[in-house]
Amino acid sequence: MEFLLNLTIYFPLIGILAFLVFRNDEAVKWTSLVVTSITFLLSLPLLFQFDVANSAIPQYVTEGSPVFSGMDVKYLVGLDGLSLLLFMLTTLMGPIVILSSWNSIKKSLMGYYSMLLILQTASLGVFASLDLVVFYVFFELSLIPMYFLIGIWGGSDKVRATIKFFIYTLVGSLIMLVALIYLGYSAGAATGVFEFSADWRFISSPEFTLGLVEQTWLFLAFALAFCIKVPLFPFHTWLPYAHTEAPTAGSVVLAAIMLKLGTYGLVRVCLPVFPNAFAEFAPMMAILAVIGIIYGALVAMVQKDVKKLVAYSSVSHLGFVVLGIFAFNTVAVQGAVIQMINHGLSTGALFLIVGMIYDRAHTRQISDFGGIAKQMPVFATFFMIATLASIGLPGLNGFVGEFLILNGSFFSELYANKVYAVLAAIGVILAAAYMLWMYQRVMFGPITNEENKKLLDLNGREIGLLIPLVIFMVWIGIRPVDFTKYSENWVESYITISQEKSTAVLETADSSDLPNWTNRIYDVEESKVESFTSNK
Amino acid sequence: MIEQALHSISQFYPEIVIILTLCVIIVADLIIKSDKPVTGWIMLGGLVISGITILFQAGQNGSFFYNMVVVDPFAVFFKLLLVLAGIFVVLFSLQSKELDSYYTRKGEYYMLLSGMMLGMMLMVSSTNLLMIYIAFEVTSISSYVLVGFTKKETDSAEASTKYIIYGAVSSGIMLYGISILIGFTGATDLAAINDALQNRADIPMILNISILMILVGMGFKIAVVPFHFWAPDVYEGAPITITAILAVASKTAALGLLIRFFSVSFIDSNGLTATGIWQTIEGIHWTTLLGGMAALAMIVGNLTALRQDNIKRMLAYSSIAHAGYLLMGVVILAQEGLASIMLYLFIYLFMNLGAFYVAMLFSNSIQTESIEKYKGLGFRAPLESIAMTIFLVSLTGIPPTGGFVAKLYIFSAAISGGWIWLVTIAGITTVISLFYYIRVVKNMFFYKPESNEGIIQFDLPSKTILLILLVPILLFGIYFSPILEFAKNSVQIFGM
Repeated sequence: MEFLLNLTIYFPLIGILAFLVFRNDEAVKWTSLVVTSITFLLSLPLLFQFDVANSAIPQYVTEGSPVFSGMDVKYLVGLDGLSLLLFMLTTLMGPIVILSSWNSIKKSLMGYYSMLLILQTASLGVFASLDLVVFYVFFELSLIPMYFLIGIWGGSDKVRATIKFFIYTLVGSLIMLVALIYLGYSAGAATGVFEFSADWRFISSPEFTLGLVEQTWLFLAFALAFCIKVPLFPFHTWLPYAHTEAPTAGSVVLAAIMLKLGTYGLVRVCLPVFPNAFAEFAPMMAILAVIGIIYGALVAMVQKDVKKLVAYSSVSHLGFVVLGIFAFNTVAVQGAVIQMINHGLSTGALFLIVGMIYDRAHTRQISDFGGIAKQMPVFATFFMIATLASIGLPGLNGFVGEFLILNGSFFSELYANKVYAVLAAIGVILAAAYMLWMYQRVMFGPITNEENKKLLDLNGREIGLLIPLVIFMVWIGIRPVDFTKYSENWVESYITISQEKSTAVLETADSSDLPNWTNRIYDVEESKVESFTSNK
Repeated sequence: MIEQALHSISQFYPEIVIILTLCVIIVADLIIKSDKPVTGWIMLGGLVISGITILFQAGQNGSFFYNMVVVDPFAVFFKLLLVLAGIFVVLFSLQSKELDSYYTRKGEYYMLLSGMMLGMMLMVSSTNLLMIYIAFEVTSISSYVLVGFTKKETDSAEASTKYIIYGAVSSGIMLYGISILIGFTGATDLAAINDALQNRADIPMILNISILMILVGMGFKIAVVPFHFWAPDVYEGAPITITAILAVASKTAALGLLIRFFSVSFIDSNGLTATGIWQTIEGIHWTTLLGGMAALAMIVGNLTALRQDNIKRMLAYSSIAHAGYLLMGVVILAQEGLASIMLYLFIYLFMNLGAFYVAMLFSNSIQTESIEKYKGLGFRAPLESIAMTIFLVSLTGIPPTGGFVAKLYIFSAAISGGWIWLVTIAGITTVISLFYYIRVVKNMFFYKPESNEGIIQFDLPSKTILLILLVPILLFGIYFSPILEFAKNSVQIFGM
């Protein structure tokens, strides 16, 4: 099984070698389809063999030997309850993404499909890696193919979009790198054996705790990188650009997988490693998340371009995920984890649908459409399902995630204020408003644009690639437990660990050793007394 | 005495081979009147033989010629780097069209290049202040002429003049500093200087000033802010092959010299701590000074590179920035710091030479060094453009390339030394550097070529050289333990 996991991660990369043999365009397309499909099939046993009861413990672990002498940086991959579903989502999206660009990409096919395959390996690697340095390597590796996907095969304003996308993400990740190295040295000192350790299993375990000052800075550095990636308000400005300029496949991968790297990182690193900072900054993050939810929704409402509308809806939806993560109770974090999958499915589907209509009409302006439903009934059906899933209609996947998140944040001890959940709930209503309004303007009414009378309905390929997504949307909506069971144990145990660590740090913290601001943020015992006396 | 000299000669083969090469080139240039670049091949052969003799020196540790020159793992590592860079530069020169219009003077070119190699090899292996200065000047004087080699170009002549003026002033200051240091300690040997300093209770200010003056000379060669003003003009005006050797080999040699000078002269042999080296020369806060210089180099280099359109000039500023990253390692004169510098230099050699090589190939085929004119090249010369992309990505320091490992290691050395502010600046400036590196990639790939511009063909040798430069960058992105171990062993001779 360990070998199978590695094979799944690297199979897309190995697949690129096949391009050396199959050079003509058709062959390239089929090769990449076959490669990603095999990758998906290879990943299935990983799901079926997964030990759900022990989902908090990484499984199928491959552990290399340290690469630096004296430094515990090693190749370390495995899957646990948090990463399993995201890993599966990535392998599932692989063939879908390839199929979606079947006819729409016409230049330098070999380059295009190689980029998609590299991206696939990079994303799988991020989700599977358990060593933070390896995590960082894959995290960055995913940037480069995306840069080219948008830059070469993108829309008219692609150059600006790529630069913005690249710079934003890299600023975050380099600051994260500095923090990561610092964290590694602290962890290394704690092992007593190594000088440096980036083994996530150790860093997240109760044996390793960080002081309050360190936690604050490291948390801020890591959270910044992840929040840019999510993107959380106010770091979201790169996203609409990148989405509108990216080719369909690029948008789908960006929305379904790459944005998850941010939220995934928040849960994977920030939650168990910096428990005190996590708790203290939670209300602030919640405020940003709520602003993101409402702001994203309001901006989405006034968009004229369908793709941009979906892009802003992503900002809004991922606000929910962040809100759920920082609510820090089992229900909400569980909801956030499942919402990551949901967002991947429904927004992925929406971008695919927008791509399909764009391929036909060569426009994405809402005003150019109207009355398409009569012309393309099958398309209308799929569009409706994806729209409803994105809104969060009960019975479809979006509802499950949003319900859990809102429920959890309503009772969150960290927020200690119900207003976050209430405001976020307004976001759900707004989502219904902008999505349905957009749907109505595009699909219903009389056909105003003569060109649109020539539109053809979906072909077999397009139906085929949407069907798996719809199946999962309905499945998660009806039987969420089939999916939430994987992460349940993980979330419960790490929330407990995090709470224990947080109390342990506060108990041992000596207020006299700490700078004043930390004492103020973290309510260290006696600090009030001391600062009181020292003021006198 | 003769025995001593003979014994010393046996340890001096690499340098002797270079000297012989130099002589053979002069003679061959007189005798052989051929259009073929015979002298270039002679130099290539000489460098390869010299490289092999250096390999035989691995593991040795001793000093020769009355403590003028040492052969130790540190010197061997640097000499290998230099010879490797030299080999690549000769290979580039053999293909450069820029030099072809001066074919009658090719012999002169390779002779000077050999002289420069000799100077640089002595720079990293000498332990005597006089020898250091001679080596320094041998390198400088050869490079002044080389920079102005394409003398019909006004840029080249201007660059040469500027380089001479700056160089003369800096080495003058350095010589003055050396004379003060010698006068003060009464010794020219670095170890003897160390002894003299150990026995003194007080360190007067004048000593610190003399060290500062020596630092000027070395800073000039490394092209670190504020001694960098010559670099952009010289890099732009010089033939691209010479720019490459200045940016890579000359910097490597000067850093090797700097490290040896500081760690041998001022090490505190009594209590070896991380700060031990600097305790001997208190008075000036050396680490802050060097840290500040590193930070300035990173900021100035990266910010100025943003606005450059000439690829050589852009790479010049980027090399100033890289000098800053390298100095970060010098700030922590401990084992990690030095080992990380050596790892960085090793990877820097491949990625920077690679970038210069692709720039040269493009300049050969489309006669431009302007980044704006690179538009559409990604489709006209796909292999070369992909290679360029990898070199630039590696220079930025993005995984999974060697540049990332180099940066990771130097950052982590600085963080373990407690230099978090410096690393933060390094991190932020890395992001800035992305702008200009990625602009080249953007121009190559994101614009369509004009319809009248066809595919550019490159011959097999150039593709092979490209591949040789490319493979290590990708390989060391994943597997770099051996070179790191070698580097770590090499710095142990300083007692760290």
